[in-house]
Amino acid sequence: MEGNHSHDHDLGFWRKYIFSQDHKVIGIQYGFTSLLFLLFGFGLMIVMRWQLAYPGQPIPFIGTWFGEDRAPEGIMLPEFYNQLGAMHGTIMVFLGVVPLAVGAFGNYIVPLQIGAPDMAFPKLNMSSYWVYFVGGVTMLASFLMPGGAANSGWTSYPPLSVIATTGQTFWLIGMVFLITSSLLGSVNFIVTIIQLRAKGLTFMRLPFFVWAQFVTSFLLLLAFPPLEAAGVLQLMDRLAGSSFFMPSGLVVTGQALNVSGGGSPLLWQHLFWFLAHPEVYVLILPAMGIVGEIIANNTRKPLWGYKSMVYAVIFLGFMSFIVWAHHMFMTGMGTIISTFFQTTTMIISIPSIVILTALFISLWGGSIRFTTPMLFALAFLPMFGIGGLTGLPLGLSATDIPLHDTYYVIGHFHYVVAPGTIFALFAGIYYWFPKMTGRKMNEVLGRIHFFGSLVCMNAIFMPMFIVGLAGVSRRLWDGGAQYAHAQPVLHWNEFMSMGAWTLGIFQIPFIMNIFWSIWKGKKVEENHWEATTLEWAAPSPPPHGNFLTTPEVYRAPYEYSVPGHKKDFIPQNQPMEA
Amino acid sequence: MEIPYTIKARPDTGLFNAKLGIWLFLASEVMLFGALFSSYILLRIGSVEWPHHVLDVPLATVNTAVLITSSITMVMSWASLMMKDFKKYRLYMGATVLLGFGFLIIKYFEYTHHFHSGELPSHSTFFAIYFTMTGLHGLHVIGGMIVNSYFWGPGSKMWKTEPERFTNRIEVAGLYWHFVDLVWIFLFPVLYLL
Repeated sequence: MEGNHSHDHDLGFWRKYIFSQDHKVIGIQYGFTSLLFLLFGFGLMIVMRWQLAYPGQPIPFIGTWFGEDRAPEGIMLPEFYNQLGAMHGTIMVFLGVVPLAVGAFGNYIVPLQIGAPDMAFPKLNMSSYWVYFVGGVTMLASFLMPGGAANSGWTSYPPLSVIATTGQTFWLIGMVFLITSSLLGSVNFIVTIIQLRAKGLTFMRLPFFVWAQFVTSFLLLLAFPPLEAAGVLQLMDRLAGSSFFMPSGLVVTGQALNVSGGGSPLLWQHLFWFLAHPEVYVLILPAMGIVGEIIANNTRKPLWGYKSMVYAVIFLGFMSFIVWAHHMFMTGMGTIISTFFQTTTMIISIPSIVILTALFISLWGGSIRFTTPMLFALAFLPMFGIGGLTGLPLGLSATDIPLHDTYYVIGHFHYVVAPGTIFALFAGIYYWFPKMTGRKMNEVLGRIHFFGSLVCMNAIFMPMFIVGLAGVSRRLWDGGAQYAHAQPVLHWNEFMSMGAWTLGIFQIPFIMNIFWSIWKGKKVEENHWEATTLEWAAPSPPPHGNFLTTPEVYRAPYEYSVPGHKKDFIPQNQPMEA
Repeated sequence: MEIPYTIKARPDTGLFNAKLGIWLFLASEVMLFGALFSSYILLRIGSVEWPHHVLDVPLATVNTAVLITSSITMVMSWASLMMKDFKKYRLYMGATVLLGFGFLIIKYFEYTHHFHSGELPSHSTFFAIYFTMTGLHGLHVIGGMIVNSYFWGPGSKMWKTEPERFTNRIEVAGLYWHFVDLVWIFLFPVLYLL
């Protein structure tokens, strides 16, 4: 839409840093905003973990800040616990991880890796950030509503969510903003990747990270609109008195509800999971992409089986649209439908395993550089492996029945997302920081951050499998204290909470590292990691318009350790010798 | 470096950026309305009784004709630009906007009739889905009219400076407008006739 935008060298402060149309500034805006939301969402969990470890005891230090209607005398009310739970999930997924993985890394890195001057639609790019920002503010504002924030879980199942307090309306409006932002962003990414590739950069020469972002964008583009539709329907139920999700004859606290009825709570679940299952792959694919880049660079070897990884990613994207109802085995769908969805679920594990295996084999025989980004990328492999493998029993309807809605599920998806995706995102921050700033992050602080986080993550999530296998439900305000079957595993609650709090402490070196390195980090050259992909051919940090000369691509993305070559890497833009 | 292919098509894809963009956007719109049509089917199958012939079919038939005509004028406006006839473009684009307006006026009469007889979204699931789907479609019509009015009025200045780019913009706006028309072609039988 906009052709003439590279003449704006001397824009004012507002156009340059706030309402910028430069993909790099927008990427950094996304990055800082989403990191703040991650910290905030983590903070909610820190408070929840107190209640789980010491149910009914006043929260120390900050307990009185929450006010009498949330935590009288510092003791958390169940209603407030539910708000924290719902908002932790929503914020971490929709405001933290996805904007960081797609908005920040996608925006900053994809145009550079394909040799483009910017995204295809810079104005659209700016609006998707600001629509995301408004959505985030709406979500945060919901805490100040009468009755507090949304409290029906991050899944917002009706009828509970339809009769919930005003916070739920804000949740829905916030989601409509976030979905709109994702749609604008995903259109932009797909057009950029298809149209703006540099000369010679064929699809099979794209770095794996670009492929991952490409498929992710299709998932966002096609899976999010049904949730938008569902959000509109739930808003109608809440505001216009319709009964899309309200069945006839519903009785709440002994009173028959005054609705026209005839609706179906299951309809929401179908529409929600039609988004939310592909969403899982939106969370994991960019992470796999980042890990792929870092592993190739630090093993000084081409990725093993690059082509099979690409085909696996495409197949995975396609399959992710037909597995959603494996979240609904407990709803009585019938055995035939259950069988269909458990079959597709088993099939979708194949491409994930192909990618993970290819990444593992890539390590074989490499002279590995154990840099901080590589440590995080290496830890991603077994952590995501645990997360993926523990998901298989949940994908089979027979074994899902005892495990459904227990802490086992929490353990499973947190292994995928927390030490999985978030570790990959940390790896990406350490890896691309020199490109974004021209300076390197501190390795010692990086290692403290890494080893501390690795131990703590496992201390938090491994016991969840034990607690879950004992049958403890996931949404209990007291962590299961009132149930007899939970008594033998109750002591783990304190242990997991200690792990969560220590994990918080180990993020301090990371935060210090970022701010210290922006201004005081060691200055490095433009291709600090001796990498092959195009982003390292641009200056660090890249100027507006990115490249000094239009790059051209002559070879595959990971030409490391080519026999008979002087250096152990050949950049993609280096011409073939005659 | 300038962003390439904003006006000319990329040789290997045969598309300029905005044209690919609008097709992707329409794909997401298909998923949006697809989800609503699926919800309609699920709710109707699960219902004990479903009202028939409670909507005004003649009015909706007129409205269908109005929207289809507007799609034709939209194509004509683009074709006029391709033939470098700016005056005809203004004529056809103006007609497109007016026909969109006509559609909304007829819709307004339908809506107020239902409001007065108490047939609100809270009345039954049928009216709930009727108002949701036609309402969302109506918002799409309004959105298209805003864009078209802009290209009829202030936006048309671009014809003097960058005629090719302006023609592209009308093509993209046209693709969107045809989609909005197409949604109605599905809504009409599903809500009014079946």
